[in-house]
Amino acid sequence: MKPVYILTDNLITSLGFTTSEHTFALERGVIGVKSTNDPELYPTPVQLSKVNTEQLELKFAEVLQQVKNRAPAASFTRLEKMFIVSVHEALKGSNVAPSNPRTLLVISTTKGNINLLEDRNKALFSHKRLYLWELGKVIRNFFEFENQPVIISNACISGIVALMTASRLVQSGAYDHAVVTGGDIATEFVISGFQSFQALSPNPCKPFDLNRTGLSLGEGCGTIVISKYPDPAATSQVIIAGASTSNDANHISGPSRTGEELSGAIQDALKQGGLNAGDISYISAHGTATSFNDEMESKAFELSGLAHVPVNSFKGYWGHTLGAAGIVESVAAISSLRNNILYYSAGFETLGVTAPLNVISENRPANLSACIKTASGFGGCNAAILYQKQ
Amino acid sequence: MDELILKLKQEVIEQLNLEDITPDDINPDLPLFGEGLGLDSIDALELIVLLEKNYGIKIEDPKDGKKIFHSIRSMAEYITEHKK
Amino acid sequence: MAGAMPPSFIRNNKMERSITSYSLLHDNKVIVNGRIIFYQENIIKFADFLKTVFKQEQLAYPKFYKMDTLSKLGFLAAELVLKEKSIEGYRPEAVGVVLSNSSSSLDTDVAHNETIRDRASYFPSPSVFVYTLPNIVIGEVCIKNKIKGENAFLISETFNGRLLCEYVNELFNNERVEACLCGWVEVMGNSCQAMVALVEKLAPGPDGINGSFKPLLFNEQNLNLLMKHN
Repeated sequence: MKPVYILTDNLITSLGFTTSEHTFALERGVIGVKSTNDPELYPTPVQLSKVNTEQLELKFAEVLQQVKNRAPAASFTRLEKMFIVSVHEALKGSNVAPSNPRTLLVISTTKGNINLLEDRNKALFSHKRLYLWELGKVIRNFFEFENQPVIISNACISGIVALMTASRLVQSGAYDHAVVTGGDIATEFVISGFQSFQALSPNPCKPFDLNRTGLSLGEGCGTIVISKYPDPAATSQVIIAGASTSNDANHISGPSRTGEELSGAIQDALKQGGLNAGDISYISAHGTATSFNDEMESKAFELSGLAHVPVNSFKGYWGHTLGAAGIVESVAAISSLRNNILYYSAGFETLGVTAPLNVISENRPANLSACIKTASGFGGCNAAILYQKQ
Repeated sequence: MDELILKLKQEVIEQLNLEDITPDDINPDLPLFGEGLGLDSIDALELIVLLEKNYGIKIEDPKDGKKIFHSIRSMAEYITEHKK
Repeated sequence: MAGAMPPSFIRNNKMERSITSYSLLHDNKVIVNGRIIFYQENIIKFADFLKTVFKQEQLAYPKFYKMDTLSKLGFLAAELVLKEKSIEGYRPEAVGVVLSNSSSSLDTDVAHNETIRDRASYFPSPSVFVYTLPNIVIGEVCIKNKIKGENAFLISETFNGRLLCEYVNELFNNERVEACLCGWVEVMGNSCQAMVALVEKLAPGPDGINGSFKPLLFNEQNLNLLMKHN
């Protein structure tokens, strides 16, 4: 199978606006999930990881200054600003041109500009902005992408599906490069829904821990630029070596009781990359810190022969970024791979799942060659993507 | 109590979209979950919303739900005890 | 009422990927493999139309009534396709589902938003919220039919036959699937449209495989024709 190379990336969460700001924060164990008392967002305080609004406005203003003939900042929604800053930052370091007809834009999100449904936002933007394809148009037009974007909305695996779709379309020869970006914001819509599921933790989430009490929501945006050509300047190349999705066919909100289906996706990704479980040096898990998800994932890793492999979840740092999670967490995992560092799985103290797991308990250097990133979501969907360092 | 039981049956049928099931089909003493009505974990969460919305009763610990939502009768008893 | 196939469809005579069964639901009409199986002059409420078709087709599945409109529509469309052409011979992992639409789950998003508009009467419902993702319909189809393969939900302003075809062909090319349900399921307000097709690596027999229906070549042109065919 032809390799697909990772050129550049960007990451925006509560911990910063670039990938390097995130590695800086991860090395120091900074936790972005905080008790947030914002009556506009939810009637009572909730644990949230929020992108700093003042800094976002500043970054966006900087981007606007660098481009000509753009609409004023007020004509973009909060989510659109996050997407634009992230794509701008990621493109900066690559020589991939949006105007190139061989460049594809792939966008992943679960809810897009869903905050525009709120009464106080209704007057600010046209109703059309609620449609995910309109969000796609805004991003496309800003950067003048030649091609119509591909938009993926597949619950919490959206980000991995977007990366998988882009890498397949580059592999098939349909495109030479792809800019893959995923974003979601914290909204009352989503907070109230997860609260009705009694899924939100009263404290910052603790993936795979014995005392985990549910998930913490976060907002964020991640962008990864991929290409059929390697980066000539890079000392080591990271490639997408395989990716797969599966469905539990069990329940629309509760995960599989066996983990067989996620394990199937992991094994498919390994097979595509021609690797065995023994070749994997690190797992970036979905790790939402809900009782059932973490239990299911631990079983899936055991079934895949990966129980011994160091594993973490980044959700303890910046929460569950929903449709962005697959890309956001991939950026962090790829950074681990490039820098040969395993990051502590924030919130973890004592193993609280039935299958054995090697959860990373402190930051440490390690020789890393290949990484599996997983995700699972409502609708019974699972996804796995394989990154390999060459 | 009988009046409350009938009212609860109707509310459960409506809230959980139990098409083709009439109040007479539900035995107030038989378990709501497991066999019979085919209810699942989302239905259990929906019953918590029902108690809060229709009776102003908030279940703080979801683990209590298992006992409260055992049957229509246990629900009715809990409501009678806790209704403000 | 004639449900004849427009003559411009491209027939499949080689060992290629074929659409071996399809269904179309559009506001008040249901077509399965070229036959009109349901038609109602005046549709007042779209949800009632779906329920009537569900009952007519005797699809006993109580969970249907718990679904939101998008899931009801996609579920029904998939059931009608699979009633004509079973996928029971395939391994669960070898069957994929790839659906698309324009409005995502906006119809149900509005319903969830209504439950949180008033802080004095604030009762978000888990059974509404769970459907505020477009791919839940894929989950419902997978649960009913024990499908465990690849799934994806794509969003585009209007039907994008080229992308759907490209996506599904890649699944076949990379041996990710041996059969795949694909199509368009769109609900907004009181209007709906569904086109679901079963794609298989199958050479059609001389008389087709479903009596009078002969498989169609799986390509962009035929998908676009199916979308317009009502």
